[in-house]
Amino acid sequence: MSRQTHTKSPRVGDGALFRRTLIALTLIAGTVLVVAPLAIIAVQAFSRGFEYFAATITDSDTRHAIFLTVVTALIAVPINTIFGVAAAWAVTKFDFWGKRFLIVVIEIPFSISPIVAGVAYLFVYGLQGIFGPMFQDAGIRVLFALPGIVLASMFVTAPFVARELIPLMQAQGRDLEEAATSLGASGFRTFWSVTLPNIKWALLYGVVLCNARVMGEFGAVSVVSGNIRGQTNTLPLHIELLYHDYNTVGAFAAAFILAGLAVVTIIAKVFLERQGAGRRARPTLAAPFVAEKTQ
Amino acid sequence: MRRRNVLPGLKLSLGITLFYVALIVALPLGALIFKAASLGPEAYWNIVSSERAVASYRVTVTAAAIATAFNLVFGVALAWILVRYKFPGRRLVDAIVDLPFALPTAVAGIALTALFAPNGWLGAPLMDAGIRVAYTPLGIMIAMAFTSVPFIVRTVQPVLEDLDPALEEAAQSLGASDLSIFMRVILPILGPSILAGVSLCFARSLGEFGAVIFIAGNQPFQTEITALLTYIRLEEYDYAAAAAIASVILIAAFVMLIVTNLLQARGLRYTARS
Repeated sequence: MSRQTHTKSPRVGDGALFRRTLIALTLIAGTVLVVAPLAIIAVQAFSRGFEYFAATITDSDTRHAIFLTVVTALIAVPINTIFGVAAAWAVTKFDFWGKRFLIVVIEIPFSISPIVAGVAYLFVYGLQGIFGPMFQDAGIRVLFALPGIVLASMFVTAPFVARELIPLMQAQGRDLEEAATSLGASGFRTFWSVTLPNIKWALLYGVVLCNARVMGEFGAVSVVSGNIRGQTNTLPLHIELLYHDYNTVGAFAAAFILAGLAVVTIIAKVFLERQGAGRRARPTLAAPFVAEKTQ
Repeated sequence: MRRRNVLPGLKLSLGITLFYVALIVALPLGALIFKAASLGPEAYWNIVSSERAVASYRVTVTAAAIATAFNLVFGVALAWILVRYKFPGRRLVDAIVDLPFALPTAVAGIALTALFAPNGWLGAPLMDAGIRVAYTPLGIMIAMAFTSVPFIVRTVQPVLEDLDPALEEAAQSLGASDLSIFMRVILPILGPSILAGVSLCFARSLGEFGAVIFIAGNQPFQTEITALLTYIRLEEYDYAAAAAIASVILIAAFVMLIVTNLLQARGLRYTARS
């Protein structure tokens, strides 16, 4: 887009001195703030050699923390995906009263402190909460157990899939689905063979981001899990525990695994953005509020 | 515009959506508000206006404001160099901008602490210069700035990409200086997206917990953020105080959410006209 302007006068800020200074200053700040933390994780994790690193991450408490984190993601991410698809379908394919309000409510967890989320769950399922005594009588443990961790993770990631799909499906309109339905396709067939091929990359994009957040969630899970070593410790909580045990190298070894997850997430993100998912394909600002008016 | 909708699945999709939103989002937040409200106005006020709580608001809001101000400059500069310039490694930098979103906050917390500790890679030279970062408010600001920097880059970047070169050329042909063009032509166009990014960045900083608690030092009245005070009250089994203080964070988040939505709506009106 800016290619053809190069033959004309230079654009604003294209002076060599200004350009080089700005690039240098920004990259130095970026290196200090973003790259250095990543580098120090790797250096610290292996500071006592590979043997020690291997011993730490194969330690039974660490293995259990990894196991719990993966199980949580395996439950929370698919449920969130179903919710995200259902919410996007309801919001973009139909008009109903209170639709804009519903979109705002879906986005709420995105702007709420994870600590508040954890505390809120305590007042539902804790002993001092609304349903806590009821569950206690029934012998069901929600808090300080897997269900609590999964619920808190689902809260903090509730908007992740929906917010990728809603703008895209809004922009794509309803014509294709209406054509398929009028030709006699069932609802699920319409979704499966008409809608899904058009949204698959955006859907995967939302799933990848949701998974990264579920596996890395700290604040909300910290409140509801009770941090029981080898039982209700997810990997991020296990990092804190090792760190406070003055096992810094162990904490960084565990952190190294999650940093690896972050790097894989970013690579997946770049790949999916090349397929047209994510911000590149999206209108500049949140579209849900205008698209319906301009149709 | 009103035509009959032939598409199936309204009941199923809306049913799943409402059930999930009610169970996962509305029920816990309702329970928290109910718990806080059941304290009664006087007890509630005593907790939320206690000296330690007020000090924690001051620490949190000040640090979030300074971190956001830093990210405003750094984020716009980063978006600018990514869109306007070509340099080796540009695409790598573009990808790395998302690292703070992808990196779990606890990992970011211990990494930043190690980096800025008095014997750390950056902490040691800064100590020599007389600047202490870890276990001070400055450390809180750095943790907040780290976790929220992508917000501003990612809201400003697309608008900058779509900027019509003709606008600048018109201003140049009229003899305006680069600074004047930036201030009077480019900045007003970026305005709504910058505001949206700033409000997201500030809201995230207000609620940040994982990255902050490792580097903060967590001294009451000095480096204790509001989210941590909530957590401490829980550990003391003081559920009433935890509910009241959490409700303050919740109200602040709602206010920020309304502000963000109003700014976005305004930004859309603005861009829709052009």
